Amino acid sequence: MRLFHACAIALTVLAPGAALAASAEHGKAMFILHGCWQCHGTQGQGSIATSGGKRLAPNPLPWEAFSGFVRSTNRAMPPYSEKILSDGDLADIYAYLQSIPKPPDVNGITLLK
Amino acid sequence: MAREESQIKFNRRKFLAGVAIAGAAGAAAPPAARAATTALTPGTTPRPSALRPSAAVAANETATPPAMAKSEGVPASDFMVDVIKSLDIKYMPCNPADSFRGLHESLINYGGNKSPEFLTCTHEEAAVAMAHGYFKIAGKPLMVCVHGTVGLQHAAMAIYNAWCDRVPVIVVGGNDLDASKRAPGVPTFHSAQDISSLVRDFTKWDDQPVSLPHFAQSFVRAYKLAMTPPHEPVMIALDAALQESTTLDRAKLTIPRYVPTSPPQGDGNAVREAARLLANAERPVIVVDKCARTENGVKLLVELAEALQAPVIDQKGRMNFPNTHYLSQNARGRALLGQADVILGLELSDYWGTVNGWIDNGDDDGSGLQESHVKPNAKLISISSILLNTKANYQDFQRFQVVDVEMAADAEATLPALIEAVKQALPANQRAAVEARGGGLKKAWSETRDRTRQAASYAWDASPISTARMAMEVYAQIKDLDWSSVGGDRQFSAWPTRLWPMDKHYHHIGGPGGYGVGYGLPAAVGAALANRDAGRFSVSFQPDGDLMYSPGALWTAARHKIPLLTVMHNNRGYHQETMHVQRMSNRRNRVAYLGKDLGPLGTRIENPDIDYAKLASALGVYSAGPITEPNELAPALKKAVQAVKAGEPALVDVVTQPR
Repeated sequence: MRLFHACAIALTVLAPGAALAASAEHGKAMFILHGCWQCHGTQGQGSIATSGGKRLAPNPLPWEAFSGFVRSTNRAMPPYSEKILSDGDLADIYAYLQSIPKPPDVNGITLLK
Repeated sequence: MAREESQIKFNRRKFLAGVAIAGAAGAAAPPAARAATTALTPGTTPRPSALRPSAAVAANETATPPAMAKSEGVPASDFMVDVIKSLDIKYMPCNPADSFRGLHESLINYGGNKSPEFLTCTHEEAAVAMAHGYFKIAGKPLMVCVHGTVGLQHAAMAIYNAWCDRVPVIVVGGNDLDASKRAPGVPTFHSAQDISSLVRDFTKWDDQPVSLPHFAQSFVRAYKLAMTPPHEPVMIALDAALQESTTLDRAKLTIPRYVPTSPPQGDGNAVREAARLLANAERPVIVVDKCARTENGVKLLVELAEALQAPVIDQKGRMNFPNTHYLSQNARGRALLGQADVILGLELSDYWGTVNGWIDNGDDDGSGLQESHVKPNAKLISISSILLNTKANYQDFQRFQVVDVEMAADAEATLPALIEAVKQALPANQRAAVEARGGGLKKAWSETRDRTRQAASYAWDASPISTARMAMEVYAQIKDLDWSSVGGDRQFSAWPTRLWPMDKHYHHIGGPGGYGVGYGLPAAVGAALANRDAGRFSVSFQPDGDLMYSPGALWTAARHKIPLLTVMHNNRGYHQETMHVQRMSNRRNRVAYLGKDLGPLGTRIENPDIDYAKLASALGVYSAGPITEPNELAPALKKAVQAVKAGEPALVDVVTQPR
């Protein structure tokens, strides 16, 4: 919920193209603005219902593979051209994904034992 | 039908006289009220804020049909109740309406409001969906009365869901046929020549009885047809005049005895050929959707899978196969199908979609990329009863798929013969290979389990709350109870059917069939009703968009003391549509316009956010939330579980990740 509030505030003050170089905070806002969260969840955790179970974070794909896929995918995910998502904003989204910490050890989560 | 003047005794004059007296009494206001009116408008004649209805309008609104039957003979609808009772229909979820007032009166006064018991619903769609959910637990159909045209229009979507999901519902539509005698105005707006035409494309059978013997035959026939696989909804259009007539010949009327029809089984030669293919396969795969109609269906499927040591991919139209069994291999479905040499499909809703893929990426001139998921020489076998009852208009039969052996038969009823044939067909020199296949699948099951647990740990502490966290917090509270999951889970990563151990037929009830929105809550209430009678605890994960179609079902649950834990999967949007509009925006190289929302305009349920806890509370349901922090879930759920165990419905609003 805090993330959503933070993003909503960010959306009101940042234009879509206002990239801040490698800013994870701005990347978080762009992750919401451009709808990445819709299929991948707000922490890039993915879902078998919408992303084939693939996760974006933590440890995202190398930048070249990540950005290449975003620009040119012809699979279920729709491609994002530079016209609708600038290189700067994409870099910030990548910085956001890099900033997401690892989850707790699954063997330490009582409910998942 | 033409009304039978000798049996139907109208007395419009006396009825209207009663209305006139009542109206006069209403006009004679108490002295205090008169004084107040005078004081407000001295020297003038009081004027109402709206014109009073004329006598004709008032009569049309409130007095139709305008006559009361004389008490000579037996009310015809009493006999109808006798017919209905002969079939042991336990409940009748309904929104009341004058076109079946005769039957309604007989049910509660003559029938004692038992078998069926009238359950008051706030919408016909919810009433049918309740019957839908009830059947999936109880295995018995309910009857739903709906008002002639408009009530049936409300009910239509839910009937379509039941049709697609192969669920029997006995729909009775009240209708006043005699245009020369029914009241003008509203009742005539609500009448039609043939109300059943509205739902004929997605009901198995319908009739419009014109006499009491005809009603008896039609009702028993409707029940019988609905309960013969493939199960489907049926429709009886019931003339209001017939209901309100009287009969002097009750002793001569008989009720046909209901004898269940045996479900259709696969042809013996086709069964043997299917068994030969499966027994000689190196990599057989079993895919099931609406296969197990009963607990015995689950046992039979386990027996078949174990005989072949074949992986089972459960598409979860029913609880077909225990996810605790090592042959449950849902997560590896795509890979297993790609390697398979023989695929057995049991009651699949979409065989084409099972063995082919379609990607919504605009390829192929915009129609989307299509690709086969199976080897070109893979042999396909199908056993499905739906071939016996396919209609043309609605496209629930899906794309055409060529299969090598196809049986128009009920899969569960065919399984005993197929199991026997497979055991006989297994070559002696292949039994070791079959056993080895099982060993590999045990290892794969265990690895899949670990991967699923790992996947659930991501975003574990996130806010909005991860759907995995929500599912497991709920499970922690109910795991020691005899529980039943009565909602779908495909909208939130299927965590319950992936992580909760499910081995009983009532552990989940599958989806809505036709995916018409508005099914979730009332179907869960209906299933919870059946579970209540079996002494089970019911829990449902409820999408927010779906809830708002018929939230009144919460009131029905409160009114009739139906214990159900509703956990809101509140992602504050029609999320499927959020993603669709995002996809179209990208495809057209445009930034999706969000307005002040968090998703494309028109797809979000926010600004303002809906307070589902307050909504539930207003409808008489214990509630908590909205909960946005994961650590707050356990205490809230614990209290809600206690409320449900005490026999009440409860709702916990959880603000969640999208899926």
